[in-house]
Amino acid sequence: MNTFFQHVLNGITTGSIYALIALGYTMVYGVLKLINFAHGDVFMLGAFMGYYVAHALGLARSPSVPGAVLVMVSSMAICGLFGFLNERAAYRPLRRAPRITSLITAIGVSFFLEYGGQMAFGPDPKFFPQVFPKHNIQVGGVSTTNYQLIVVVVAVALMGGLQWIVYRTRFGKAMRAVSHNFEMASLMGIPTDRVISTTFVLGSALAAAAGCLYGLAYPKIDPLMGIFPGLKAFVAAVLGGIGNVPGAVLGGMVIGVVEEFTVAADPWVWQSIGLHIGRYKDAIVFGILVAILVLRPSGLLGRYEPEKV
Amino acid sequence: MRIRGGKGLLATAAVLAALAGLDRLLPAALDPYVFQILIYIGINITLAASLNLINGVTGQFSLGHAGFMAVGGYVSAYVTYTWGAGPAGEPPQGLAGELVLLGALLAGGLAAAGAGYLVGMPSLRLKGDYLAIVTLGFGEIIRVLILNIEAVGGARGFSGVPSLAGFSPLRSFFWVFLVAIATVFVSIRLVGSAHGRAMLAVREDEIAAEAMGIDTTRTKVMAFIVGAFFAGIAGGLLGHFLQYLNPSMFTFIKSFEAVIMVVLGGMGSVSGSVLAAVVMTVLPEALRGVKNYMPYGIDPRMVLFSLMLIVLMLTRPTGLLGSREIWDVFRARRRARGEGA
Amino acid sequence: MTEPRREFKLTEGARRAGKPPGTLLVALLGLSLHLLLATGCGGTGGAGGPADAVPVGEYGSLTGETATFGQSTHEGITLAAEEINATGGVKGKPVHLYTEDDQSKPEEAATVVAKLINQNRVLGILGEVASSRSLAAAPKAQAAGIPMITPASTNPKVTLVGDYIFRACFTDDFQGRVMAVFLRKNLGVKKAAILRDIRNDYSVGLANFFAQEFQRLGGTIAPDVSYSAGDADFKAQLTAIKAAAPEAIFIPGYYPDVGQIAIQARDLGITVPMAGGDGWESPKLLEIGGKSLEGCFYSTHFFAEDPNPTVANFVGKYRTKYGRTPDCYSALGYEAMMLLADAMNRAPELTGRAIRDALASTSGFVGVTGKITMDANRNPVKSAIVLEVKGGTMVYHGTITPE
Repeated sequence: MNTFFQHVLNGITTGSIYALIALGYTMVYGVLKLINFAHGDVFMLGAFMGYYVAHALGLARSPSVPGAVLVMVSSMAICGLFGFLNERAAYRPLRRAPRITSLITAIGVSFFLEYGGQMAFGPDPKFFPQVFPKHNIQVGGVSTTNYQLIVVVVAVALMGGLQWIVYRTRFGKAMRAVSHNFEMASLMGIPTDRVISTTFVLGSALAAAAGCLYGLAYPKIDPLMGIFPGLKAFVAAVLGGIGNVPGAVLGGMVIGVVEEFTVAADPWVWQSIGLHIGRYKDAIVFGILVAILVLRPSGLLGRYEPEKV
Repeated sequence: MRIRGGKGLLATAAVLAALAGLDRLLPAALDPYVFQILIYIGINITLAASLNLINGVTGQFSLGHAGFMAVGGYVSAYVTYTWGAGPAGEPPQGLAGELVLLGALLAGGLAAAGAGYLVGMPSLRLKGDYLAIVTLGFGEIIRVLILNIEAVGGARGFSGVPSLAGFSPLRSFFWVFLVAIATVFVSIRLVGSAHGRAMLAVREDEIAAEAMGIDTTRTKVMAFIVGAFFAGIAGGLLGHFLQYLNPSMFTFIKSFEAVIMVVLGGMGSVSGSVLAAVVMTVLPEALRGVKNYMPYGIDPRMVLFSLMLIVLMLTRPTGLLGSREIWDVFRARRRARGEGA
Repeated sequence: MTEPRREFKLTEGARRAGKPPGTLLVALLGLSLHLLLATGCGGTGGAGGPADAVPVGEYGSLTGETATFGQSTHEGITLAAEEINATGGVKGKPVHLYTEDDQSKPEEAATVVAKLINQNRVLGILGEVASSRSLAAAPKAQAAGIPMITPASTNPKVTLVGDYIFRACFTDDFQGRVMAVFLRKNLGVKKAAILRDIRNDYSVGLANFFAQEFQRLGGTIAPDVSYSAGDADFKAQLTAIKAAAPEAIFIPGYYPDVGQIAIQARDLGITVPMAGGDGWESPKLLEIGGKSLEGCFYSTHFFAEDPNPTVANFVGKYRTKYGRTPDCYSALGYEAMMLLADAMNRAPELTGRAIRDALASTSGFVGVTGKITMDANRNPVKSAIVLEVKGGTMVYHGTITPE
């Protein structure tokens, strides 16, 4: 039983990180109808920015909580700025172009971040320092560390913050309006360009936060680290209903837990049908993607949108 | 472009003869490294032209092409490996060898076509981005499945694909370019046919096409099947050329490379895909020397390449030839010049 | 919901018909062709190098996932080449090293090896660390009749590609048995878990060999789980392992993952020792894994604190040149270059065939990783060194020689 809860906790931890990244995907898709392939790499950028800031502040030698907070905030700020510049330079000029053009551009930005990252940071993995002291915690029979709990708590807090912004502020209302109907929103006087820019900044900041949290929990970072988590976070966003903010969170959690339990079930499945199901973890995640797109493209929490002729 | 009756037969014979001749001459005349690049050009032409049918002509944005390549590659390699050995365990030479190779490639192509069908069917209701993502997902699923098949080496890769008669790392020109020419030829004929018109109609406005009585389902699935078939053969050729296959060669990055070739050439333009395939194969090799000017020999090719891609999308997103073919360009120029005033 | 975009229209092309793409097209094609021909056919540009030098090719993963392995190997090879040239070179001629990066990709490995053989006309090739890349490139070397020495690929299949392919290290069937024997006999472990990297040929092969031998010696494997290189979270697998309560965990992976696995294992409350193979070897291993790796063991080819004068000499020179302690890949790179030079000196003439024959008859070669004698499959018969992590550093635990 303890093992079960351990697995649940593990799943929720990774799920939180996926959720943070998925939020960026879903928001950008909501306002721009663009799948920002480069988003996973912003996550990577956030982790590296956090790494460099942490070292600049000397946190490796003297870990501290305020230092850790500063690390995360700076990383979020830097990546927010990157998101802003990215949108202005690469996506805004293509606002009226066919979708495939923006998609290819996003792929180009993604490659640029990955290979540029290899050039700038070096291709070998780096290790995120322990920015504040780590403690082991025993809850019942479940062993964990304060890191794992921090990841979940901070992620949930950030998601809550975003939820508040989207549903309780005027700006959030503007965002929702733009995602509903772009042209109408601009006709109503909503500064669509500013809304879109801010959406990118928010999304990138969240991805950066995810990167720092990830660096904390799983210290190894390298320039290509954003590829698969990015893809899986995207599946999470689609699962929850792309464009839907709570959906992204739900999707992230589901993917995290499913991944965890696929691996957890491996010994049993191996014994009963001789299949190492854990090795198909990635295929199962993508299988979920295919299933959701075929069976219910609007996602778990998405609106059902009938095809208008 | 129509080739009728006797003229067609003569043309085919001429092409085959030319290929056979070059097959004998080139390995001796050319630096083997350059020869290898030539082979990659041929394989990429097949890949780009086949994807062009799906993405460019029918407008179905597929990001899973590497999956079809993988299926074709692995199936044909497996066929050669298992049944390609003669009685003494030696790969058959001469005509028997050529037939075995043909059989293996066709098997790969058909398997890939099957995969194309399986991918195409569920994807029918999806459009644009959703279709792109679902095909990406399928491509990855295929890769992970292959990764776990021990019989073809799994994560270790499939090594020891036997070198068949006339198809060794040094004698592959004939088959590679025969397939490339065939793919291009089929693409051109297909586009000019009624089926092709249907595909273009689906690309332009699916609802209108449906209203005009075109079976859009059938059209789209057919595009996937034909495109996947040739991609599978391309995979088979690659596997036999390298005598090695590894699932890591067929990630979505490979799919992206194929998509970039099609977009660079111009979506829907067969000749554009061919040109783009040549450029995209040659340019990275030609730029290999740049790293000698970089600190610690860092290879900036991919960074330059990604920047180039972004710039291309911002400045000329229709690609090199847009949706026209290269002969249309010449015809238009001639007409413009001829009609003077 | 209206779309702020328009999709491609057929008329688009027609509208632009007046503006020919010729310029861009011709420019791109011309540039490509020119560059290709300049570096391609014939003998200009990069081919050959100085006329009276001995060209040797090296390919490795200088960038990409396993970049540090390639970089260490490169440092070892370069050091060896410099030493060789300082003492007169090969047959009186200096060695000229051509290095190519395969970006950790098998396709690239095949391409760069072809380039090394045909453009630079190398007489010998050194590479690669990862078996999958060696397997992709070896057929090229074999077909061209140029001997290739892999410094560190341990998968047995590599040398089976052909008689021009050699190896400077032991193979996984031996290494797997080494660790199986060590765990079963030396540590008395009866039940072991395996955590393998399913994306890594080396890891899968080594895990299989280990499992085979371990079970043959009467042990049980429970459970046998896997991860994918690139994963960061191993808690699912480790939780399953913890539930089965084995006495040790065998982790035949690469050091970045191993370090993290160790930390997460300890976080979960797993206290049993972990063991692995030469993929653990890296100066960064303890940086990553820290205290979590205390009391763990792994097999490797080389030990920097070995008092043996040949080793100490090498370590000293390496430290002077690079300012850090060499790892086994540096040592194996150095070894491979020295092996090649030795064979080239013994060969009656500097042709592929002659060098190959000289390599095949290498016997009793004293190197920094042991005495090397090539067996029938062109693999050296070598001992493995087992290291233990004790007190925050790697400590020599024992040597296991093949029976």
